[in-house]
Amino acid sequence: MANVLVNAPKTAKKGDTIEIKALIMHPMETGFRPGTNGRIIPRNIVEDFTVTWNGREIFRMRMSPAIAANPFVSFFTVASESGTVVLRWSGDEGFVAEHRVAIAVT
Amino acid sequence: MSSAGDAALEWRAPSGRLRRIPLVRLGFALAGVFCASLALAQSGDLRRSGYQEMGPALQKMQDDDTANPAMLFVQVGAAAWAAKAGAAGKSCADCHGDAAVSMKGVAARYPAVAPAPAGPVDLEGRINLCRTVHQQAPALVAESDDLLALSAFVTLQSRGLPIAPPDDPALAALRAQGRDLYERRQGQLNLSCANCHDDNAGHRLAGAVIPQGHPTGYPIYRLEWQALGSIARRLRNCVVGMRAEPWQPGATEYLALEAYLMDRARGMALDGPGVRP
Ligand code: HEC
Ligand code: HEC
Repeated sequence: MANVLVNAPKTAKKGDTIEIKALIMHPMETGFRPGTNGRIIPRNIVEDFTVTWNGREIFRMRMSPAIAANPFVSFFTVASESGTVVLRWSGDEGFVAEHRVAIAVT
Repeated sequence: MSSAGDAALEWRAPSGRLRRIPLVRLGFALAGVFCASLALAQSGDLRRSGYQEMGPALQKMQDDDTANPAMLFVQVGAAAWAAKAGAAGKSCADCHGDAAVSMKGVAARYPAVAPAPAGPVDLEGRINLCRTVHQQAPALVAESDDLLALSAFVTLQSRGLPIAPPDDPALAALRAQGRDLYERRQGQLNLSCANCHDDNAGHRLAGAVIPQGHPTGYPIYRLEWQALGSIARRLRNCVVGMRAEPWQPGATEYLALEAYLMDRARGMALDGPGVRP
């Protein structure tokens, strides 16, 4: 199971701008570094981070090897309706991680 | 004061370094003047942690438990705390129960003296003693994520508490060795730790602010490392920076410096597991 920390409000007023912060444990190995044996360590990064709210995409980010290990992403969105926010990271070596948060909008 | 010959003025420099001037050298007439300034020097503690030296963005990152990357390791450590390991088939929790209770204040007093034959150990060393002696499992590799995760989890239980090194006499020699290493010039640059962390603390070394070198936040998530690291790793970095030959991993020199630095930071708040640039 992937190791993530997500910070999102549990409740929000309709129309409010809210901040969602997400941190994930990942080596973000660039593919440019030699290992102790002198050979290049294969690239292993998170390539895509997508967030949906009740199935509708609200945020997407393409990551690159220049992003540090354990990437931290913070973004803002407008609270429209109660439901589930799904954060999904995917990348090299078949990496997939998903985290869900429920937000009640009043 | 035992005799006039031994009598000395001792006080802590702003950085926390203990200064000592024998009274005989000063002459008793001056002693009164010094006592007055001593009182002044003691009224304000000028020690500052690496946390206080950081900019507001990094302080915010450390303070927010969902932005501080060290907290990812704490989650790993919390799981390891509850997992059975070794031939004894016991978890840390089986013996120590709720870490919030049993481990409160523990990190604030290490290095400490473990039961014979182990002697003085730092927190990682103490955890590995429990691995080998109590769980009958192989020791975790120094600087490995598994070991650092457990020490980050244990350290978190002391967050905000004052650093309180034990008065155990067995630590005195170790601290003295650490202090000697701290004050001795070494390496191609012919620098001592004190040259930077006492004499030039607060100034800049290239882009980095030179902190006073207090070990308040360990293990730290250092952005430059993109990883969690121990105080020993941090010290090794400074030794390499001085162009001195680093001691072997696990050498007593690291433990001695750690024991001295913790004593020098006595009473300062523990802010680990911290973030550092
Ligand atoms: C040339 C100056 C210099 C010397 C000499 C030096 N250091 Fe450092 N030290 C630094 C700088 C600069 C940093 C902070 C680096 C950063 O944050 O990027 C630092 C960081 C530290 C820290 C971490 C403090 C914290 O807040 O986490 C400790 C502890 C430390 N040094 C101890 C030592 C010891 C012990 C020695 C001697 C073996 C030593 N240093 C020698 C410049 C020096
Ligand atoms: C079988 C019981 C047992 C298990 C399992 C065990 N410990 Fe311990 N632990 C002890 C005992 C007993 C002590 C007191 C010192 C001694 O006698 O070794 C101790 C001491 C400690 C201390 C020092 C406490 C202090 O007040 O200085 C720490 C830290 C610690 N253990 C962490 C751990 C961690 C982390 C684990 C799991 C990896 C663990 N222990 C597993 C029995 C255990």
